[in-house]
Amino acid sequence: MSHIKKEKARETPAVSTASLPDIVFMLLFFFMVATTMREVELKVTVGKPSATEIQKLERKDLVCYVYVGAPKTDYQAKFGTEPRVQLDDQIAAVSEVGFFVTQVRSDIAEAEQSKMTVSIKADGNVKMGLISDIKQELRQVNALLINYSTQPVVDAEKMFESNM
Amino acid sequence: MARKKREIAEINAGSMADIAFLLLIFFLVTTTMDIDKGLNRLLPPIEEDKPEIQDQIKEKNIFVVVINANNQLLVENEYMEISELRESAMEFIDNNGDGSCMECGGDQSPTSSDNPKKAIISISSDRGTSYDMYVSVTNELMAAYHELRDDLCMRKWGKDYDTIKEEAKDAEDDSEAKDRYKYVQEVYPLLLSEAEPKSVG
Repeated sequence: MSHIKKEKARETPAVSTASLPDIVFMLLFFFMVATTMREVELKVTVGKPSATEIQKLERKDLVCYVYVGAPKTDYQAKFGTEPRVQLDDQIAAVSEVGFFVTQVRSDIAEAEQSKMTVSIKADGNVKMGLISDIKQELRQVNALLINYSTQPVVDAEKMFESNM
Repeated sequence: MARKKREIAEINAGSMADIAFLLLIFFLVTTTMDIDKGLNRLLPPIEEDKPEIQDQIKEKNIFVVVINANNQLLVENEYMEISELRESAMEFIDNNGDGSCMECGGDQSPTSSDNPKKAIISISSDRGTSYDMYVSVTNELMAAYHELRDDLCMRKWGKDYDTIKEEAKDAEDDSEAKDRYKYVQEVYPLLLSEAEPKSVG
């Protein structure tokens, strides 16, 4: 009897996977903290230009987004390949920008309406004609605070200097 | 009749990993990494009856930057590369023609701006200009102001402009930090103007 028992004990015990949830939870928390919810489904391609003089948009609740770019391949049959404006989830005409912005603004508390920023997320290849039209629309509805959404430049030289 | 003490059954945590994975994948799919950053600008309001300001500003106080449809730069009627733009904009702002700016170290050239408060940079772009180019030009001009402010802050307080700005943000009103920030902005006010869009081909 004792002989048999000894044989059993020699089998390798199962690898404990108890720490696996911990690892996954750690990843999960990292993602929860480091990312933001996707607000809209992008129907246009937005390859942002890069710049160095960038500022962070502090108050997310006071921002209204306008996307500009060429429609993605799935939508090209419907909207063509020329750059278009996307408001919320829909591709819209430039003339609708003003109305859209006033609607967003009416949802904001009155005291803070003047602080609303319109973030223009445009593709680098878009022509300025379209952007100027949007800016004119924004001026018409008195939404003057704007932000050209850009990516930070990875400036190797500057990084080197700051490390010195 | 003492019973044998029962062992507490171990809870099987095997499915916990699955649940966590499910949540993780959900977050991976529904969120994005990009942070909202960009160039903050203020558009001029539309005025019905335009005041004739244009006549009051002397020609030499305007730094004219024009970008054409081929993304070429024309600065003060001369062709220029974008790499030279920042330097020449700084020279223009810091020129101090009338000697009223105490902090400026400019050349006091009679053909350039009187002082930073009067120096206006005007950008005009064509409808065919690419947005990329426009953003880089705006960025360079804003960088010129940033560099001048940095210099001033370093000279006076040994800190860069961003630090001064951060300090002012947290400080109470009428504190020293706020005054410093105000002073810098007074010496070098950011005067970037955009010409009314022209629909020239």
